[in-house]
Amino acid sequence: MYVAVKGGERAIENAHRLLAHARRGDRNVPEVTLGQISEQLGLAVDRVMSEGSLYDRELAALAIKQARGDMIEAIFLVRAFRATLPRFGASEPVDTGAMRVERRVSSTFKDIPGGQILGPTFDYTHRLLDPQLAEGFVPEEPATAEVATTATPRVTDILGRDGLIEPSPQAAPDAPVGDLTREPLNFPADRDLRLQNLARGDEGFLLAMGYSTQRGYGRNHPFAGEIRFGEVDVEFFAEDVGFAVPLGSIELTECQMVNQFKGSATEAPCFTRGYGLAFGQSERKTMSMALVDRALRARELGEEVRAPAQDEEFVMSHSDNVQATGFVEHLKLPHYVDFQSELGLLRKLRQEFVEANDVEPLQEAAE
Amino acid sequence: MKLSIIIDNFDQASLAIRMTRQDSQQIQRKAAMAVLVHAEAGEIAARLRNIALPAHETLREPENGLVMLRGRVGGDGAPFNLGEATVSRAAVRLAGGEVGFGYTLGRDGEKARLIALCDALVQSKEFGVAVEREVVAPLRASLAAQRKQRAVETAATKVDFYTMVRGEG
Repeated sequence: MYVAVKGGERAIENAHRLLAHARRGDRNVPEVTLGQISEQLGLAVDRVMSEGSLYDRELAALAIKQARGDMIEAIFLVRAFRATLPRFGASEPVDTGAMRVERRVSSTFKDIPGGQILGPTFDYTHRLLDPQLAEGFVPEEPATAEVATTATPRVTDILGRDGLIEPSPQAAPDAPVGDLTREPLNFPADRDLRLQNLARGDEGFLLAMGYSTQRGYGRNHPFAGEIRFGEVDVEFFAEDVGFAVPLGSIELTECQMVNQFKGSATEAPCFTRGYGLAFGQSERKTMSMALVDRALRARELGEEVRAPAQDEEFVMSHSDNVQATGFVEHLKLPHYVDFQSELGLLRKLRQEFVEANDVEPLQEAAE
Repeated sequence: MKLSIIIDNFDQASLAIRMTRQDSQQIQRKAAMAVLVHAEAGEIAARLRNIALPAHETLREPENGLVMLRGRVGGDGAPFNLGEATVSRAAVRLAGGEVGFGYTLGRDGEKARLIALCDALVQSKEFGVAVEREVVAPLRASLAAQRKQRAVETAATKVDFYTMVRGEG
C-alpha cells in the first residue's frame, strides 16, 4: 500500500537537477550527439528500438542519451513516448524473402543459393580489446566485389519444396491479428501473440530461456537454418490514397531455427521450426527468440511441457523488462504504512514469545 | 475529397478495396513514392526548386503517428505484430485539383508534405513529366548508387569454400 506523502518536493527537484549534471559528466569532455549514438553505438539503438517496440533511430538514440546508457530505462522512455501518438493502422506484412541482404548465414547447408554472406559481424574476431580504437582510429574503406545475380531465398523455402520441413501456419487474409498492446494477455495465447511478446521481450531473459532449452530444460535439438540481416521495404494500405503506399525501409534480423523431427501415426516425420524476428541487427535476440518460440510450441506438437521455456504463462509474463523493472523497482517507493503494520505485528509476536517461554525481554536494536 | 481519419484500423481495409485495378498512374505514383521516402526533406525541396510550381494548398497539415509493423510467422506464414514505427503524413492539393498524399517513416512532417506535393505533381498532366525528370529520376539514381555501394561491400564478405587436400591416403 502506498500513501500520499507530502514534502520532499525540493529534494526531488534538486535530485533531478543533480541527475542532469551527472548525465552531462565532466563538462570539459565534449557532449555526445544523437548522430554519434545512432552511428557508433548502432546495436544499442537497435536493442532499444526492438524492446521499446518502436522503430525510430533518432528517438532511441535520444532515449539512450537521456537514460545515461541504461538500456532498460531507455526502453521505458521509448515505450512511454509511443503512448503519446495516435496509431494510423498496421503495415502490410513485410517480406523478408525480398530483403536486401547484408548478412546471411546457414549452419545447415554450406552451399545455399546466394551463398554464405558474413556481412559486418563479430564472429571470428578474437575478442581482444583493440587499443587503436581508444582514439582517432580511421578504419580502412570496405573491400568490394562484384554482386552475384543469384537470389537469396530463405533456407526454409528450399527445404520446404521437398516437404522435409513443416510449412508456416497460414491465416485467412482478413483474420484479425492479436495485439497485446491493445488486449490484455490471456492464456493459452496464439502464436501471433507469443511472437509479438518475444519480439519486444528482454534480450537477456530470452537468452537465458533459450540457453536453458539447450542445456536440457525442454530440449528441442536446434540448428540455425538461417540468420539474415538487411533492409526490407514497408508498405501501408492508406485508405485515403486507395493503395498500399511505400513508407520506406527498415533493418531487420530474422532467424529460422530448424528443429528435431516429429511425426505421428498420420504425419510423416519432418523438421519443425522456431522463428525469430527483430528490429535492426539483433542476432542474439532473434536466435534466442527462435529457440523459445519453438519451445513454446510444445503443447501444439504433443511434447511434454515440463521446462520453464515451454511454459507460455511463465515466459510471456516475465519477458517484458519494462513491466519487470516496474514491479521490482517499485519496492523503492515509500511503503512506510505497510512496514509499520508489519513492525507492530512482529513486536506483538515477540512479546507473546517472551511470555510463553518465560525469558528475559528481547532487546530491540533500534532502542 | 475525403481524407482518411482512421486511427486504429484494426480491420484492415477489405480485400475488395485493395484489389482495385492497378492502373498505370497508380504504379507510377507508387514508384515515385518508393524513391521519395528514402530521400531527405532537404534533397526533395532542393530538387523541387527546379520546377515552376503551380499554386497549391496543404489539405492535411503534417501529422505524426504510428504504424504497427507486421511480420509473418516463419517469414511466409500468418501475420503477427512485430512492433510500431513512427510515421508522418500529409496531403496537398494543386490548383488544378490533383490531390497528393505523403506518407513516410519517421517524424519529419515537412518531408511528408513534400512527398504529398510530388505525388500531386506526378498525377498532373502538366507537371507529371517535369517532376519525374527533375525530382524523382535524380533521387532514384542516387538511391540506386547507395544501394549498389552497399551491395558490393556485402558481396566482398561472401564465403568461397574450398576443400583442403589432406595428406596422401
